[in-house]
Amino acid sequence: MVKLSIAPKSHADAQLTEYLETYARRIQATPPGMCPLALQLTLLQASAAQTCGKCVPCRDGLPQLAALFEKVVACQADESTLTQIKELARMVKGSSDCAIGYEAARSLLESMNTFAGEYSSHINNKVCTQDIEQTVPCETLCPAHVDIPSYIALVGEGDYAGAVNMVRKDNPFPTACAYVCEHPCESKCRRTLIDAPLNIRGIKRYAVDEAPVDTVPIPKRNPDTGRKIAVIGGGPSGLTCAYFLAQMGHAVTVFEAHKQIGGMLRYGIPAYRFPRERLDEDIQAILAVGGIEVKCEVTVDARQMKEIAETYDAVFVSIGAHVGKPLNIPGSDSKGVYSAVELLSTIGDGNYPDFTGKRVVVVGGGNVAMDCARTAVRSGAKSVGIVYRRRKEDMTALAAEVESAIAEGIDMILLAAPVSIETDEQGNCKALHMQPQLIGPVKGGRPTPVDANKDQVRIPADIVLMAVGQDIVTQPFEEYGMQAHRGAFVADEYLKAQGLENVFVGGDCQTRPATAIKAIAAGKVAARNIDEYLGYRHKLTCDVVSPEPHANDRTPMGRVDLIERPAHIRKNDFEDVELGMSLEEVKQECARCLRCDHYGCGEQEGGRVQYV
Amino acid sequence: MSNIKLTIDGKTLEVVKGTTILAAAQMADIKIPTLCFLKDRSAIGSCRVCVVEVEGMEYPLPACKTVARDGMVVTTSSERLTTYRRIALDLIVSNLSEEAWKVDEASSAADTNNNQLQTLCQEYGIETASFKTAAPPKPKYDSNPFLSFDPNLCIRCQRCVGACNSAARNHTLRTGKKGTRTTISAPFGKNWKSTECESCGNCAQACPTGAIKAKVKLNYQPGEVQTTRTTCPFCGVGCQIDLKTKDGKLVDVEGANGPANKGLLCVKGRYGSYNFVDSNDRIRTPLIKNKQTGEFEVASWDEALTLVTSRLSDIKKQHGGDSIAAFACSRSTNEDVYLFQKMARTVFETNNVDNCARV
Ligand code: SF4
Ligand code: SF4
Ligand code: SF4
Ligand code: SF4
Repeated sequence: MVKLSIAPKSHADAQLTEYLETYARRIQATPPGMCPLALQLTLLQASAAQTCGKCVPCRDGLPQLAALFEKVVACQADESTLTQIKELARMVKGSSDCAIGYEAARSLLESMNTFAGEYSSHINNKVCTQDIEQTVPCETLCPAHVDIPSYIALVGEGDYAGAVNMVRKDNPFPTACAYVCEHPCESKCRRTLIDAPLNIRGIKRYAVDEAPVDTVPIPKRNPDTGRKIAVIGGGPSGLTCAYFLAQMGHAVTVFEAHKQIGGMLRYGIPAYRFPRERLDEDIQAILAVGGIEVKCEVTVDARQMKEIAETYDAVFVSIGAHVGKPLNIPGSDSKGVYSAVELLSTIGDGNYPDFTGKRVVVVGGGNVAMDCARTAVRSGAKSVGIVYRRRKEDMTALAAEVESAIAEGIDMILLAAPVSIETDEQGNCKALHMQPQLIGPVKGGRPTPVDANKDQVRIPADIVLMAVGQDIVTQPFEEYGMQAHRGAFVADEYLKAQGLENVFVGGDCQTRPATAIKAIAAGKVAARNIDEYLGYRHKLTCDVVSPEPHANDRTPMGRVDLIERPAHIRKNDFEDVELGMSLEEVKQECARCLRCDHYGCGEQEGGRVQYV
Repeated sequence: MSNIKLTIDGKTLEVVKGTTILAAAQMADIKIPTLCFLKDRSAIGSCRVCVVEVEGMEYPLPACKTVARDGMVVTTSSERLTTYRRIALDLIVSNLSEEAWKVDEASSAADTNNNQLQTLCQEYGIETASFKTAAPPKPKYDSNPFLSFDPNLCIRCQRCVGACNSAARNHTLRTGKKGTRTTISAPFGKNWKSTECESCGNCAQACPTGAIKAKVKLNYQPGEVQTTRTTCPFCGVGCQIDLKTKDGKLVDVEGANGPANKGLLCVKGRYGSYNFVDSNDRIRTPLIKNKQTGEFEVASWDEALTLVTSRLSDIKKQHGGDSIAAFACSRSTNEDVYLFQKMARTVFETNNVDNCARV
């Protein structure tokens, strides 16, 4: 061959790239509840198919491993098969020439630890473990297990009030979730197999915008049971618990330390992401159930907690995580250095800071850091920068939040670890000094930064906002008798506080700072389990019927994304940043839903995750 | 070129920078097993039998293609290495029909290289194939008059490919269908004549299992032959060969490691160089043409030489030395050809000398 060609080396490669996208979508849509060993087998087979055929461990070893592993998946293997697999996998890992071979074996060996329980069940009991069972993806992955396919169908039919009540059956915060939920429900949406996951949150937003939840009548409350339950902390978790307990007929008293209830939805999330009046709609609706008494500005101490536990039939502790973690570097006590959560908390009561002409630096890479930085922009800051130790992709904030922050002119100062804060003679903050970082080895699944061989850098700063995590005030409750481990309360999976009879605990104060929907789910679980603890088994209905499904429309169609108001406009006000869907858009989006409650596993016994 | 120092099995060695661990070990007489490696031809690290432990590395490395570094500490045997080598051999033999690796004296391959897999299996105690796959037997490629390929014996080590590429420089023998189904496309099938293959047999000599076989090997057992090192008489290159004789008859030739051929041979050297010795067409006595009948008749050496001397003397006398040319056969040795031209120049008085070493 003397002639050179500009064609791809392999003519199939171009088509393959497109095909791989299909492959990747299938992996992404791996249904929840699938047997991990069956999945591992496909990975092994895919690896074997990728061999170039040069070296024995990979070319001959991987197909043999796959053949042996098939027996494990089929529950036809015994310990000796496992020993043979392990020995062969070690050799493939230890002596393949390139990563195609050794990585395949490494992941197989790793799965033997990660899924040890599943292996043992396949070998010893000849079945998958009990919880290996497929269920409707969106509903399963929503922590509150909202009946998503049903409310999507209701929105599709134009019954927005019905959709709101369908959500409410499992989650009394439809508006909050429509605006700020991180939507884990979308992550494995089956529609991904065809084009992309449904914009579930966007659909819900359409429903609550069309039928504001405080205008949608709530299903009737059960007759009074005469039982009294105390909820400590009126955030999403506490209020959800109160809502369901009140629905069941119990009398609930909510003790709230702040001026108003709403928790982090009010004192953590800025109004431009979730307008206050919309939060009030959710809260009004919850209180409209009846039987809920709210006591604000009550900080429960150990003595009161004891009293409450003795006077009430049960207590649910959901105090959240409201104290900003300090970053102890020289100068961190100077004037102009604030905790991010405390800033957001002040704003929650309507006291906006004035940063006019100030240079603001936010330390941290989570959603709180983004919220603070974007708040600072709206409070007149001359410049706003976010300082983060790792890279942009390592930030724990939602990618969309980071993108929006950048669009609003916020500087991302990455791979920089704060070292000290420089002050003037009056003790005012002047600048932040940082040590450049080098992204290093992956530990616990994340690359860790290490000091780079570079000089420290200085950025001028009049205000430094620390957003490096939140603490939980466990001390008074520990004094009373609750258990805490590494700063968070300890409870079993049913949220019963360890060592106590009638105390339940959940939300951020038990999980450490997490998402609103997880807190809501905890509130629901606590309400159910308190009801059960009190000897009841109340059933709740939502009085809405799930519409009959249409046959699947399989035409690939783009996903409707929500757009935001232009950055240069929105950054001047605290109005909602995001724009909802149009009727045309929501109809198209709803029509993409494959109704997995009806098609596929959802219809068979055990295919749903629903409570009645 | 600078030297580096490394330690293998406790022995400290100094070698030229760029030397592989395997080459360094061989210099120190430390044995590292190899299978797919073929010196100067192929070091692709396919079989993983030559893996060794290198201090500081989490996993073993193939000695054949890992260049030694200064200060390296190498261990050539350990429990882990033995296990890995055993599994590698086990995986290899699991794909083969048993004749390729089961030791059976009577059928063991004749070529010195061709039983390497058997030897290794014996050394590592491989008696059964643990990963036996029931693949249907594949057809043989058997149309080339000198060579055949049996895929059922092939371990896909690609030594033959290396031999054809970098030794024969023919690039005719390639791997086909890469991946798990990697095969060797040996050009010995029905269309063998239309391929570029020169039937030089270097691939067969490279094969460690006898999958590619020179057909002459089927005519004798290794124990029955004697080996004589000599020079190939076919042309002037001077390739070193090992002649194999059975009951006083030439039966085979193998390329020996001579300075001119480095173990290689061409088709004529390998399959033609000795065949004329016992050919029926061979002329075994001088022949003189009978002028009456026009037929050649058997003569004695004296008669023949007398005739040649008188005719040449007459020609020289009548027409001068320049009318004579001396043409030597290149199958003769250098010494003979030297004497022959000397005779031409001094006795015939001619400078018209040439030979046929242009084949
Ligand atoms: S490990 Fe790499 S070099 Fe070896 S066969 Fe697999 S793909 Fe080829
Ligand atoms: S297609 Fe519809 S029902 Fe299925 S997972 Fe997605 S949103 Fe849920
Ligand atoms: S006989 Fe020679 S040319 Fe033909 S395939 Fe073998 S090495 Fe190549
Ligand atoms: S024919 Fe022989 S040398 Fe060639 S790959 Fe097969 S076993 Fe190796």
